[in-house]
Amino acid sequence: METVVSYLRKHAAYLAFAVIVMTIPAYLSDSYYLSILAFVATKFMMALGLSLLLGQAGQISLGQAGFVGIGAYGAAILTTRLGWDPWLAMGTAALVSATIAGLVGMPALRLKGYYLAMATLGVNEIIYILLIQLKSLTNGTDGISGIPPLSIGGLGLSGPRAYHLVVWGVALLMLRFSLNLSSSRVGRSLRALHRSEPAAQSLGVDTSYRKVQVFMLAAVFASIAGSFDAYYVRFISPESYTITFSIILITGVIIGGLRTVWGAMWGTLVIVILPELLKRVNDDITNLVFGVLLVAIMVLWQGRTRGLWQMVKERRSRSGPGGSRPPGPGE
Amino acid sequence: MTFEQFLQYIFSGVTSGSVYALTAMGFTLVFNATQIINFSQGQLVMLGGMIAVGLYGAGAPLWGAFLGSVAIVVLVAVGFERIAIRPLLRKGILAQVIATVGASFVFETAAMLIWGRDAVTLPAFSGEEPLSVGGATVVPQTLWVVGLTIVIVVALQLFYRKSLFGKAVRACAVDATSARLQGISYSRVVIFSFALTGAISAAAGVMITPISFMGFHSGSLLGMKGFAAAMLGGLGNPVGAVLGGFILGIVEALGVGVVSAGYKDAIAFVILLLVLFVRPVGLLGAKMGNRG
Repeated sequence: METVVSYLRKHAAYLAFAVIVMTIPAYLSDSYYLSILAFVATKFMMALGLSLLLGQAGQISLGQAGFVGIGAYGAAILTTRLGWDPWLAMGTAALVSATIAGLVGMPALRLKGYYLAMATLGVNEIIYILLIQLKSLTNGTDGISGIPPLSIGGLGLSGPRAYHLVVWGVALLMLRFSLNLSSSRVGRSLRALHRSEPAAQSLGVDTSYRKVQVFMLAAVFASIAGSFDAYYVRFISPESYTITFSIILITGVIIGGLRTVWGAMWGTLVIVILPELLKRVNDDITNLVFGVLLVAIMVLWQGRTRGLWQMVKERRSRSGPGGSRPPGPGE
Repeated sequence: MTFEQFLQYIFSGVTSGSVYALTAMGFTLVFNATQIINFSQGQLVMLGGMIAVGLYGAGAPLWGAFLGSVAIVVLVAVGFERIAIRPLLRKGILAQVIATVGASFVFETAAMLIWGRDAVTLPAFSGEEPLSVGGATVVPQTLWVVGLTIVIVVALQLFYRKSLFGKAVRACAVDATSARLQGISYSRVVIFSFALTGAISAAAGVMITPISFMGFHSGSLLGMKGFAAAMLGGLGNPVGAVLGGFILGIVEALGVGVVSAGYKDAIAFVILLLVLFVRPVGLLGAKMGNRG
């Protein structure tokens, strides 16, 4: 009994969040809002991986959208051309993403931060070019339509409510996994190498191995999210997987804050909701706002790991000298 | 491939190679002064082209549009340095990458809001009548691009080697702290490097616009290719930047001839990845200082 109570207390935030999210379909039936929430779920998966990579390990990837693209196209091609089961196709695509991330990450992550940024930018661009050029496989710029929806044991998941439960179920599993990871030995060694790589190495952390590991994990999360989107929209085309989208994901993670993986959730809400609001002013203004936010947050950045909200809060409550506390990542 | 075709690809490679060389030069100037990779470098080139088209459309003569565009991009680059780069100098790579990536978004979207989504062009500097060289045809603009690139590169080298301030800039690239102890104003060096980068980028953008058009989104590809060129030559080495630019341009052009035009843009990234994996110091890089 005691262990149950302490478990509940320890994971209260997660459990409350899970309950709220999973009961949404019970009182929300509007399919427009449900579909927005479905995209929040997949963008959350993409942001989660990035948040681990950026916030915990301090490594930056500008190519997350490339792995989303592999997930989406892998799922679409394997199901429409070869008639594979959607779940099997999703897993295979994730395996491909992990392999590519490993091949790129192993050499690039041994180098300074710039190189991973540029290498991932390059990988994203190459993937994008391949999606357009390998016409016999991808249909080029026309994209692929007629992708089958997901199903479980013959039960179709094309309805928005059933899909909501499945996609958020997976997103919650990923969140749980990320929370566990960040409070485990792996998370601590990632944060250690973020602060100082030589120090982490001297404590016996295999820094290259850890960095590649979390980079591959981020690629797998992105790939699975891409597959989900493909099964949900049932149509994909290359424009969704550009570097621009990678940068928008980065924006979300940064706005949400890097201190904990929860930041990925707030950031995802911002990058989904803000464009919807800005659309009413001007369709094209969104990226300008995102760009200004990225620059502003970085310029005002004091510690390492604070998001927009924490910065505003601290600025308000700052009283007298010594107001800035040393950056300390919590769970 | 006949000799004429080969020559034709070389000419086209040298032309785009000039632009990559100047873009790579922009990366190098900023990197040497600040150790920052400016992810909005390509957007400065794009702004150069777009502003010149705007000025020309507003009735300015071609040379006036050229100089006006250079002046405006210099102001943009200096303003960017004051607002975004200076506070970032001590903040670590992550913040620098993200802020300059954010700036690239700002430049790109601003260009789209001002000039729209369509690619635009300028008339060639001196007529469109093609010349015939060894069986291949060359448009006069090619000569302008290559000629001006050579002039810029030589002038830069003279400046860095011969003038006192140029030597101060180089001193900062080697060791900023020691340079400051010698009484060199580091912040002046940084501002100057950004101004120079703005000028070179704008010139590159204006020169290439009559040949390959310019759109709000052209900057990101140009920037990545410029970076690939800088890496290929050896990051931080100005001679390497120019060399890398021309090699990349020629390989890309020959690649179009041998493989297919659709994969043209992928070549630069394959080269970039190869350099990163096989020889991160580039062709002319000597020290292995950036590890870890």
